[in-house]
Amino acid sequence: SELTVRDALNQALDEEMGRDPTVFLMGEEVGQYQGAYKVTRGLFQKYGGERVVDTPITEIGFAGIGVGASWNGLKPVIEFMTWNFALQAIDHIVNSAAKQLYMSAGQIKSPIVFRGPNGSARGVAAQHSQCFAAYYSSIPGLKVVAPYSAEDAKGLLKAAIRDPNPVVFLENELMYGISFPVSEAVTGPDFVLPIGKAKIERAGDDVTIVSFGRGVLHALGAADALAAKGISAEVINLRTLRPLDRETVIASVKKTNRMVTVEEGFPQSGVGAELCATVFESDAFNYLDAPVERVTGVDVPMPYAENLEALATVSAEHVVAAVERAMHRKK
Amino acid sequence: VPLPVAFKTHKLEGHTLPTEALVGKNEALDYLYDMTVIRRFEMAADNLYKAKLIRGFCHLYIGQEAICVGVDTALDVARDNIISAYRIHGYQYMRERSIVGVLAELTGRQAGCSKGKGGSMHMYKKDRGFYGGHGIVGGQTPLGAGLAFTQKYLKTTGVTMALYGDGAANQGQLFESYNMAKLWNLPIMFACENNQFGMGTSVERASASHSFYTRGDYIPGVMINGMDVLSVREGVKWAAEYSRTNGPLVLEFLTYRYQGHSMSDPGTTYRTREDVAKVRAQRDPINYVKHLLTEHSLATADEIKEVERQAKEIVDAAVQESKDSPLPPISEIATDVYLGDYQIRGQERGISYTIGGK
Repeated sequence: SELTVRDALNQALDEEMGRDPTVFLMGEEVGQYQGAYKVTRGLFQKYGGERVVDTPITEIGFAGIGVGASWNGLKPVIEFMTWNFALQAIDHIVNSAAKQLYMSAGQIKSPIVFRGPNGSARGVAAQHSQCFAAYYSSIPGLKVVAPYSAEDAKGLLKAAIRDPNPVVFLENELMYGISFPVSEAVTGPDFVLPIGKAKIERAGDDVTIVSFGRGVLHALGAADALAAKGISAEVINLRTLRPLDRETVIASVKKTNRMVTVEEGFPQSGVGAELCATVFESDAFNYLDAPVERVTGVDVPMPYAENLEALATVSAEHVVAAVERAMHRKK
Repeated sequence: VPLPVAFKTHKLEGHTLPTEALVGKNEALDYLYDMTVIRRFEMAADNLYKAKLIRGFCHLYIGQEAICVGVDTALDVARDNIISAYRIHGYQYMRERSIVGVLAELTGRQAGCSKGKGGSMHMYKKDRGFYGGHGIVGGQTPLGAGLAFTQKYLKTTGVTMALYGDGAANQGQLFESYNMAKLWNLPIMFACENNQFGMGTSVERASASHSFYTRGDYIPGVMINGMDVLSVREGVKWAAEYSRTNGPLVLEFLTYRYQGHSMSDPGTTYRTREDVAKVRAQRDPINYVKHLLTEHSLATADEIKEVERQAKEIVDAAVQESKDSPLPPISEIATDVYLGDYQIRGQERGISYTIGGK
């Protein structure tokens, strides 16, 4: 059967609320309005306003309330209408949630999920279109998850809610409506994916393309185009950015001898940079037949005009070009 | 005992607040003991800091002792929570009853209440409802509202007190917290410890309105004399019962900080030594308890001296223990970052720490 990412997220929330009465949702428009992007559709009707809590527009306030509520018995799932708005609340994600266990020498646990759309959107300009993967994945104490498909969305969100640590869950608005074929196991109530394990979306021999979230779409698109040119690309969907599944990346690079990283975020200090370091710091470095290529968003605030926005954004064509350079087919 | 200063209220028409307090000899001596212990260990911390045995920040509570003693006495430790900012040594002591826990945390030793990993601003006693201990000014106010949210959700009948200073009283997130607390009628007391200065800035220079108990606007408020432990106790007892059934309140404790904001601040550039001396002479909270004890013939001068001697003795012993306690073991560097298995990277390639499940 087919499942959209939106419905996969909705199923995950519904099932986890059904099995654990301490799980509750909080955020702007999550209840009566049914979610700004309809991810929480139907849950207010099913679980009521005490467990699907509409907040005023007040990000630092409800992020703080969520973290506090996680300390004495609840498992909050906090929705940011977009991760852009969470910049107002980043203090509670970083300073309150991520560090509390350590500062209290293990006394206070923060089992909380912060979720919402991250990364590129369309036609919304610089303040509403950016990727926060690199920001949050640099913080000890947080786990950072970035689903690509419906299967990822379902299994990883359930895992995030069950995880006893604070989890940053980075979705993508442009992926919500996309349908993926899924097995019966995925739609069942017991489907949970492990946090910290990457998935090889497509096996290949000539080059390793590593990505996460919506970037995987470009990576897979590129792999199709490359196959037509006789290049066999292995595509790794990281699924989790912290802890990062370095073993899977290293093993793949040792097999293919080439790596291309793909992300929507900015180039400097990005996830691609971390993947480069992962290879350079391991014996996979000795297996490289070409310098690693990184494909990223352009190093500018996201422009509004359609042509400039397209130019600033990653596409499968960029990935194909980077792979061809790594294969020495192109300068 | 009649309370020396009447409570001021905001939007509490029709409610009768206490005007007197009943206090027995042993209770009053207990208050004297705890307040004296707190003052003595804060003075000891001052010395330890000057001897370079305490690092970084250290915010002393000297002058404000009546508040933490009165608050702790008024609340029900089995169900009520306290959360505060960074001037918290007194609260930690009241909830954990361990002077070594506080002082050894300040000296960064294993015997500290956070095993030396938190320091002056990060002390907790979760199983007795004390949630610290927060270094970001104002951050604890929505966190406190979150604790109250859980109390309401789980129907515990407990209340939370979220304390903040007059400096934090202008942070935006406090007002976000007021709003949601009132919308959802959370059982929370927002409590401003107005010690007159946010670092070196007086309330007059920082706050367009410095009637902090009225600044919840649509939330009722009470101003309490923070220099009298009995006023604090009676005010908070009343407020806690109000909040349990009616929702949020904003309290203001009027008090005074004798020392600087933190150790790098001599506390004399923005006020005079005479200002501080005047408060010490006329409104000191410990002297006030002694005055109550003698005026009402509850204790003799010798009995008071004996309490002071005991306090000195126990603090001196704790100072020694906090110096003698070993530094935290190296293994502590990587514990309590995550629950569950996690590989933690060290400074260089090849150095890593594996933490196991908990």
